[in-house]
Amino acid sequence: MSHDHDHEPPTPQALRTEAIESLLLEKGLIKPTAVDEVIALYSERVGPMNGAKIVAKAWRDPEFKARLLADGTKAIEEFDIEGGQVEKLVVLENTPEQHNVVVCTLCSCYPWAVLGLPPKWYKDPAYRSRIVREPRKLLAEMGTDIPPSVAIRVWDSSAEIRYMVLPMPPVAITEQIDDLAESDLTALVSRDAMIGVAQL
Amino acid sequence: MSDMELQGPISPPMANGEVIFEAPWQSRVFGLARVLCEAGHFSWDEFRDRLITRINAWELSQGDVAYQYFDCFLQALTDVLADTGLCSSPELERRFDEFSARPHGHDH
Repeated sequence: MSHDHDHEPPTPQALRTEAIESLLLEKGLIKPTAVDEVIALYSERVGPMNGAKIVAKAWRDPEFKARLLADGTKAIEEFDIEGGQVEKLVVLENTPEQHNVVVCTLCSCYPWAVLGLPPKWYKDPAYRSRIVREPRKLLAEMGTDIPPSVAIRVWDSSAEIRYMVLPMPPVAITEQIDDLAESDLTALVSRDAMIGVAQL
Repeated sequence: MSDMELQGPISPPMANGEVIFEAPWQSRVFGLARVLCEAGHFSWDEFRDRLITRINAWELSQGDVAYQYFDCFLQALTDVLADTGLCSSPELERRFDEFSARPHGHDH
């Protein structure tokens, strides 16, 4: 067998995953391409761009924003988002009085349909415990200083309810939101702002 | 803090901002769990319960091994496969041993 580069030996985790997949294929429990299709869905078509489009529309359209805050699951139906049918989405509006931030203290629940898959730090014990215990301090360490006059509310996701933050638009553009193209607005919305660990 | 990835306020929304999967097996184990769940072999809640148990177990045994979310994820998938009878532990161990014994650098 010839190889044009040196392989690292596979890790036990890689071997175990491969073993699981080969057994499931043999038993006919999964189709050969199914796993690739799911990975492609979550790495290419479901991601924070979906959330950014929702935020941009909410900034421009007060009626949509009202519907979004009243019933997030229903309001996002018009966006025809893949993978979004399973969970209840609650959208939390940041205001000059209250900043919202999302966590899953038990594991990694996250609004996949609108934000894609969670970043590594979201799943880490440090974030999961500290954002509850000392949100203001942790947010500051992450580069987000919330003024003392603004309350911080931490929302713990669950299997039943997934949260997304509706950030406030950047101060610099608040006067011209109606004049900006939707693509200009979505480009301003970061994933971290929709988790609540950043401001725009 | 070192384990917290810091980011500026603006990142391209389509890119997830950073690498979600650090090794190919992590995306495959995620894909396997989703596919089995979508096919109705178990519910996401059943999987999530086992994931929480494995994460808890790590938290109780702190210090022995570094926290690796996807290690817990893989263990939880193994647990739910065994509990539902889709794939027993002995047969998985046998297949794992076979794969481990392959000569290094084999052709797939």
